[in-house]
Amino acid sequence: MTPMEIVGSLGIVGYGLGAIGPGIGVGLIFASVIQGTARQPEARGAMMGTAWIGFAVTEALAIIGIALAFVFGGL
Amino acid sequence: MSGFLSGLVPLETADGFEAPGVHSFDVPPLFESVPWFDKYMLQAIISVILILGFWLIMARKNALVPSKGQYLGETAYFFIRNTIARDMIGHDFRRYLPLLIALFSFVLINNIFGVFPLSLLPTPSHVGWPYGLAILVWVIYNGVGIAKHGPFGYLKHTTLPSGVPAFMWPLIIPLEFVSNIIVRPITLSLRLFANMFAGHLLVLVFVLGGEYLLLHSESIINKTAGVVALIFSMAIFGLEIFVQSLQAFIFTVLTAQYISSAAAEEH
Repeated sequence: MTPMEIVGSLGIVGYGLGAIGPGIGVGLIFASVIQGTARQPEARGAMMGTAWIGFAVTEALAIIGIALAFVFGGL
Repeated sequence: MSGFLSGLVPLETADGFEAPGVHSFDVPPLFESVPWFDKYMLQAIISVILILGFWLIMARKNALVPSKGQYLGETAYFFIRNTIARDMIGHDFRRYLPLLIALFSFVLINNIFGVFPLSLLPTPSHVGWPYGLAILVWVIYNGVGIAKHGPFGYLKHTTLPSGVPAFMWPLIIPLEFVSNIIVRPITLSLRLFANMFAGHLLVLVFVLGGEYLLLHSESIINKTAGVVALIFSMAIFGLEIFVQSLQAFIFTVLTAQYISSAAAEEH
């Protein structure tokens, strides 16, 4: 007999694993922005502009992950 | 109320709650005879009319001492002009300003349709719309680069950063080509699409799940959970407004960044 049966899609598990890296990356970006703002508050505007671009580029990995989770959701 | 909602989204099947998924985005066409004219198309047309009206009215009367309406228009214009175009592109930014303003307005209005009570469906959550926008941006930034450096000069400019030693060329050139020519439009469109898609899915899960728990279940615990989910969906809507504005901003910033890197001089 099977002790426990889990049904569902492996794509969701894959997306969960794939979201770890971008999560850490986005956290690092904004941690650096907070540190930079604390050290030099007047440079906040310049740092935020770069931070949003870095955020968008890092987040793309998680975004591709969610797209692939739906693509391979049937597996 | 549940009857009205189930006309929009399939709420309940014979075997209980049907979780929202990809099928929630397959809206039927508005008229049976015109299959391509669906809700997304209607929203895009409305957004174009709204944006044209807004910028035409803002550009019509320019007083030295601005009224409240003109102040609003000038703030929106200067936000895109100074924060996005001038900071990203540099001294030659005026040529690309109309493109950036049109892109920002179009993406922003269509994203906000996702929380606007009469529409409640972000247009870019259908993947065709971001694909179209990304193809437009791809053609423009490659065209700008080719017009500036010539076809082979642009290819060299975009695939070979200056200062790379010759033994690294076989590694760098394919990487830069894939990154700058192939991956850029894909990530640009997928970022917008997936943010809108996931956000709308989140709203659907909270609102439809809350409604189902509240109205279609017997136990008092489920009803309480439904009320909590419906209240919490308001916070999700707030998050969505933030994400939608951010994605419109990022789409425009990345467009400006791509144009700027394609048109940059050799250092």
